[in-house]
Amino acid sequence: MRIECPHCGERDRREFYYVGDAVALARPAPDAGPDAWDDYLHNRDNPAGDTNDLWYHEGGCGAWIVVSRNTVTHAVHRTKLAQKAAS
Amino acid sequence: MRLRNPGQTVTFTFDGKPVQGVPGEPVAAALLANGIRLMGRSFKYHRPRGVMTAGSEEPNALVTVGRGAAQDPNIRATVLEVSDGLEVFSQNAWPSLRHDALAVNDLLSPFLGAGFYYKTFMWPASFWEKLYEPVIRRAAGLGRLSGQASADCYEKAFAFCDLLVIGAGPAGLMAALTAGRAGVDVILADEDSAMGGRLLREVEDVDGRPAAAWVADVLAQLRALPNVRLMPRTTVTGAYDQGTYGALERVAAAGAPVECFWRIVAKRSVLCAGALERPIAFPDNDRPGIMLAGAVRAYVNRWGVAPGRSVTVFGNNDDAHRTARDLAAAGIKIAGLIDARPDVQVTADYPVFTGGSVTATAGRRGLSSITVAHQGGTRVIQTDCLAISGGWNPSVHLTCHMNGRPRWRDDIAAFVPTPDAIPGMAVAGACNGVFETAGCLREGAEVAAAIARDLGFTAEVTLPVAEARAYAIAPLWEIPGKGRKWVDFQNDVTTKDIALSAQENMRSVEHMKRYTTQGMAPDQGKSSNVLALAVLADLTGRGIPETGTTTFRPPFVPVGIAAMGAGGQGKGFAPTRLMTSHHATVAARAPMIEAGLWYRPSYFPLEGEVSWRQSCDREVGYARNAVGVCDVSTLGKIDVQGPDAAALLDFVYTNRMSTLKMGRVRYGLMLREDGFVMDDGTAARLGPDHFVITTTTAAAGQVMRHMEFASQVLRPDLDARVLSVTDHWAQFAVAGPRAQVLLNTVLDDQISNEDWPFMACGTVGIGGVTGRLFRISFSGETAFEIAVPARYGESLFRQLVAQARTLGGGPYGMEALNVLRIEKGLLTHAELHGRTTAFDLGLAGMVSAQKDCIGQAAASRPGLVDPARERLVGLRAVEEGRRLTAGAHLFAKDAKAVTANDQGYVTSACYSPTLDCYLGLAFLKNGPDRHGEVIRMVDHLRGVDTLAEVCHPVFFDPEGGRARG
Repeated sequence: MRIECPHCGERDRREFYYVGDAVALARPAPDAGPDAWDDYLHNRDNPAGDTNDLWYHEGGCGAWIVVSRNTVTHAVHRTKLAQKAAS
Repeated sequence: MRLRNPGQTVTFTFDGKPVQGVPGEPVAAALLANGIRLMGRSFKYHRPRGVMTAGSEEPNALVTVGRGAAQDPNIRATVLEVSDGLEVFSQNAWPSLRHDALAVNDLLSPFLGAGFYYKTFMWPASFWEKLYEPVIRRAAGLGRLSGQASADCYEKAFAFCDLLVIGAGPAGLMAALTAGRAGVDVILADEDSAMGGRLLREVEDVDGRPAAAWVADVLAQLRALPNVRLMPRTTVTGAYDQGTYGALERVAAAGAPVECFWRIVAKRSVLCAGALERPIAFPDNDRPGIMLAGAVRAYVNRWGVAPGRSVTVFGNNDDAHRTARDLAAAGIKIAGLIDARPDVQVTADYPVFTGGSVTATAGRRGLSSITVAHQGGTRVIQTDCLAISGGWNPSVHLTCHMNGRPRWRDDIAAFVPTPDAIPGMAVAGACNGVFETAGCLREGAEVAAAIARDLGFTAEVTLPVAEARAYAIAPLWEIPGKGRKWVDFQNDVTTKDIALSAQENMRSVEHMKRYTTQGMAPDQGKSSNVLALAVLADLTGRGIPETGTTTFRPPFVPVGIAAMGAGGQGKGFAPTRLMTSHHATVAARAPMIEAGLWYRPSYFPLEGEVSWRQSCDREVGYARNAVGVCDVSTLGKIDVQGPDAAALLDFVYTNRMSTLKMGRVRYGLMLREDGFVMDDGTAARLGPDHFVITTTTAAAGQVMRHMEFASQVLRPDLDARVLSVTDHWAQFAVAGPRAQVLLNTVLDDQISNEDWPFMACGTVGIGGVTGRLFRISFSGETAFEIAVPARYGESLFRQLVAQARTLGGGPYGMEALNVLRIEKGLLTHAELHGRTTAFDLGLAGMVSAQKDCIGQAAASRPGLVDPARERLVGLRAVEEGRRLTAGAHLFAKDAKAVTANDQGYVTSACYSPTLDCYLGLAFLKNGPDRHGEVIRMVDHLRGVDTLAEVCHPVFFDPEGGRARG
């Protein structure tokens, strides 16, 4: 599997650290309440299909990247710097 | 028997006896040339077996190569090339290949059918692991590993191309040539030592020349193209996501690795893997001398070796006739051609039996005769080689590696690939069901031209003239009649086993495979799968398409773990990180312990010391009474810079760092977002926009990732950058009442404790080198950490240690460091183990409620601030001479030491030479409210059961006067 790092180009997946769903981008406000925080911290969908994941180019430039891919076909649709996706 | 003068030969040994071979030919060819038909014993029944094929699909002729640590089992004699001094051994036979004691299994075969061990070895249950399984495993099987570490070298490599052509037969060569000429970046991989595929094994013309000459010409053209890379001896083993392919290269160069495992990334690929011939199930069809017809032809045409003196041919398709013709033309006697089809017209000057079949064979260690039933009756024919052909199966394997299912074609009685089963992969030639040379050449060229055009190149198709003859087949699977008829030769599976499977309702092809073990083992049923499922289809009254195939999975041929994991042994698996003081430390005979990838000293023994405790106690004394030096470079160091550096630190630390003054250091606590403590460390402010923070050794990587996550993902609005500088700085702790005196021996400008108060930091000169000085303490003493660029680390360490010795101190290791910090109740990852909160650690006050930080919201969850949680306390042993141990559990004084009564656990423990007693840090329910209580500590593992007093976790100098002084 290869991931297109927006800085470095297409790189082998061994250069990346995987963290999970890009839900992490939508951090609730500190006072959002227990349900919002519970969702954010613990609840994840497990779709057969398209997902957005966060990957860290640890063996490369250090960028956090949002990877849109399909869990069934393993196709990687597109990638984006988390910094840009978040702001 | 050789059909032509071999010219130059080499000598190898087979079971210790010398055998002559021709360079480049496989061991199987050399053995046949020397009249050796018996090459191994079968898996279960220990039946005598000879070579059956001429390729990597070989089920019978598996051999062991080399001896001792270099011993390599289950190598196919059809692939292994002969070389001078090569040692080859047969397998699964004792005491010898000719006289194998376990051949008795063959007589016991009525009791050894499919799944016999599930039914036979039922009782008593405990015997299975100890007796039955070991005995069965010894009796059955293939070659054995030596059990010794092999010194052989393996390698892995990566390659990239526009087009990967898999297989260099007629289709593959034309594909590579067409794409190569168009300028496409091509890799052509083929598992044979010589490229050409079947063109090297047939007597036919291409472009008006013998096929082999045409192949040589094409290869010369390909070699001349700079954009084409030829990879012979390279089997493409698997197709994976995004155009990634695994490939195993048998490297054939002196001094090179034995094998190299490639990961090839290709924009597109063409599968030109050809086809494999399949056998027919008739009684005793497994004797040495019974071979596939295409293989017999290959030995004759390519290597000039006659597998027998009097050959018979049995088939159900036109291709079998070709074998008879080629052999007759080579001067080999054809004792009979048996075609199962009744209506075939053949004119030949050898006996032809149409509508015939082989109903029996004879010859214990090699074929001597066959019985033929034909339209005119029954006849026994004397023959030492029977060439059989049940038709050809396209090599669809790679197209199935991503869940693709092949489809059945009735006209050729075979499965062909489903188009686009692998994204980016096209299929051409025999593996696509095209069984004549002209068609293969055309399809290879056309597919490659289309790909080249897709990739933006201009491609032309120029086709050579070649043979085009139709392939006709009438399906034939099992010959009726009694006797055992082998389907899977490698796993000793007969049609009876398949019948048993169907009878016991394992009617799904996947169940049948697992029950009978058909299609398992190294050959993965390459020659047996289609025959087996056809037999099952007949038995269950279903058609072949409904019965379906089992799933082909990678790898296509066995790949040694040594090749796949090349580079991952020893230091390749876990590289070592060495501190700059490493050599000086090892020279001082300090035992090193692993800390992640780092190596750190346990203690520095002095002459006369006999236990680590003596050394440790002495080193603790250095810090408490004089001065100790310790390399702390392994701690993570992260440089944080930018106008919003302070704001970023406020966000990742629970406490405020933005209020930190320049030239000052502050202790900080980091939480995970779920509210548990991730790490602790210090933040030093070197400038308005410049901090350097430290992490624990263990969490350095995690904290760096976390900081990047915080800055890029959670707070991209903050203008701050982080950079790991762990390896850039060598850093030493200098601790003890005489720390400042020691430092002044190396500093360019003298310092005093007053100028550098507790938690001060700044820049200093050390012998003209600019370094950093931090007045921080992990020992509770007056202490500094001095940092220099790593290249000066060793020199500074030697100087500090030498000077410390003149001041009554010296270096200290991890043991003393641990004692010093336990005495002070300071934390490490023994306490910050991922399940503790700031509240548990008594650090709730460090979580600022005035600002948001990672983990703050979750840390306030009621369950994480419940006073009844297990919380940090100190433990002091109360029974004279009884030690405390880390990992022990805590119970009320009079309670039974059972899980239900568990009150907490000890995380760190040591003997304190300063206080002359055993101390521990522990997490105890309601801990801080129980100071003064005596509790019971039980360590079942080490057999310790003692009493301890609960106390505040800071045992020594609780006011902290020594560190500030």
